Amino acid sequence: MASIAGGMFTGNSAWALSMAFVERQTNLWKRYWGWELVWLVYGVVNTVAITLIAEQVGAGVVDADISGLVLFLLIGTLVWAYLSAVLEDISLVIEWERWEGTIEHTLMAPVPRWLHLLGMSVFGILHGLVRTALIFAIALLFFDIDFGNVNLLALVAVVLVASVSVAAVAILAGLLPLLYPERGSQMSMMVQASLLLVSGVYYEVEVLPAWLQVFSFISPATYFLDGIRAAMIDGQGLADVAGTLGILALFGVIMVPMSLWAFNWAESYAKRTGKLKRTG
Amino acid sequence: MHSIPLEVTNLSKSFGGARQFLWRREKEPVAAIRNVSFQIERGEIYGVIGANGSGKSTLVRMISTLLTPDEGQISVFGLDIRRHELEARRLINRVSPDPSFFKNMSALENLLFFARIYGMGPAEIKRKAAEILGRLDLADRIREPMLNLSRGQQQKVAVARAFLTSPVLMLLDEPTTGLDPASKLQVQQFVREVREQHDATILLTTHDMDEAERLCDRIAILVGGNVIAEGTPLELRTRVANGRPLEQVSMETVFLELTGKSIEEDEEVMAHG
Repeated sequence: MASIAGGMFTGNSAWALSMAFVERQTNLWKRYWGWELVWLVYGVVNTVAITLIAEQVGAGVVDADISGLVLFLLIGTLVWAYLSAVLEDISLVIEWERWEGTIEHTLMAPVPRWLHLLGMSVFGILHGLVRTALIFAIALLFFDIDFGNVNLLALVAVVLVASVSVAAVAILAGLLPLLYPERGSQMSMMVQASLLLVSGVYYEVEVLPAWLQVFSFISPATYFLDGIRAAMIDGQGLADVAGTLGILALFGVIMVPMSLWAFNWAESYAKRTGKLKRTG
Repeated sequence: MHSIPLEVTNLSKSFGGARQFLWRREKEPVAAIRNVSFQIERGEIYGVIGANGSGKSTLVRMISTLLTPDEGQISVFGLDIRRHELEARRLINRVSPDPSFFKNMSALENLLFFARIYGMGPAEIKRKAAEILGRLDLADRIREPMLNLSRGQQQKVAVARAFLTSPVLMLLDEPTTGLDPASKLQVQQFVREVREQHDATILLTTHDMDEAERLCDRIAILVGGNVIAEGTPLELRTRVANGRPLEQVSMETVFLELTGKSIEEDEEVMAHG
């Protein structure tokens, strides 16, 4: 197998290149622990505040399934906390390095862009899982929820398969600062906000106006939430969520190559127009 | 491996001129590099001198694969950098005028990251980083966050970062900017040592004429994106001497005679038009 200079990689060297980005992000995460604390507190407050709405709504209704409603909203807020962490981590791939001033030194290194983005995605997913698990653990202190129905295997499968397409969405959002140095990061946030609206985070997508429901069908987050709720509320097993897993896998198969191609195209555009280093 | 470390042929780059999406307004393109050609021999330190805004950094960015030329070709050891981008990048590293680090990470954490993405292992990085930073009097600061280091110390770490990966073509883009005189000499001495001991070829851009004369085997003078003269320091000084003893002809004089203005005046022109 040829060396890096030969343009090919052994499995070990490719993995090591990706892990360099995971290690760097971990170091940054440790150095900016204050921000992590802020986001954790925000996540807990957001989760508890929104889930308490279920208690309030259920209190005035005879025979209301308060526990089911609490779980529905709790899952929504936790999945959103996870999606936000992953989307933010990966979509900052360009913006953070522009802010630090390191972008040129990182992008001129002999690392294929897909390995760079793989490393960023692995960190984003691990970071999102850790933060969400902490929010979940703290939120449990506020609610009495029966998790006896949860199918853990189906839950893990949905999270893993969905994370691939979520990473692809984040890469697509992350390339915007390459095209629009002054407005790209705001546009990335609009992508996140749009997902919140159309994906059924706090309500069933059926309550959306018909024209908005079209967008919910093309959001992987919709199927992510469906799968998680099926596994946690309805106790569905792997076979039952196979259809949702299939759709999520299809999203991944289509969106991962698409996002990598789009990122490479955006990088070429930035190099042609001199927008790589420019700050907004 | 092809024997010519760097060959630049008919290179041109302009900025602007793009059609704006909403307003359909044409901007006038600004030429940054105009039809530049040169080649650097193995083991040579090749200087590019010019005022701020003369196109030096644009040239270095194009060689670093960070900017795409409009026209022309760049070959690194025979590899066309557009067709063999990754292979060429493996052979190059760069020091930029700004140190450019993750400021809250330590010098060691930064060096570990920037060398790991060149395929080096952590043990090798730590050994070589300690060695290089030791030579630059920074070994005891390696675990401190970058923001605790002075501008000059950060620039020394930037020099260490570039040499850590043992590039065969080193691009030094104003590497001593912001350094105090002692640190400047230390870095210049280190550059000379590296060239002698490690078979490195170096492209050095600077607007410090003394530095160019002290370090460079050959020098190109870049004005408004054009190379207006090229040669060894002796050849350039001889060219403008006009009968004067060569000791009285500095590189400052060379620049003044060939461009009609001092480098400071040229910077004024570039800044204000």
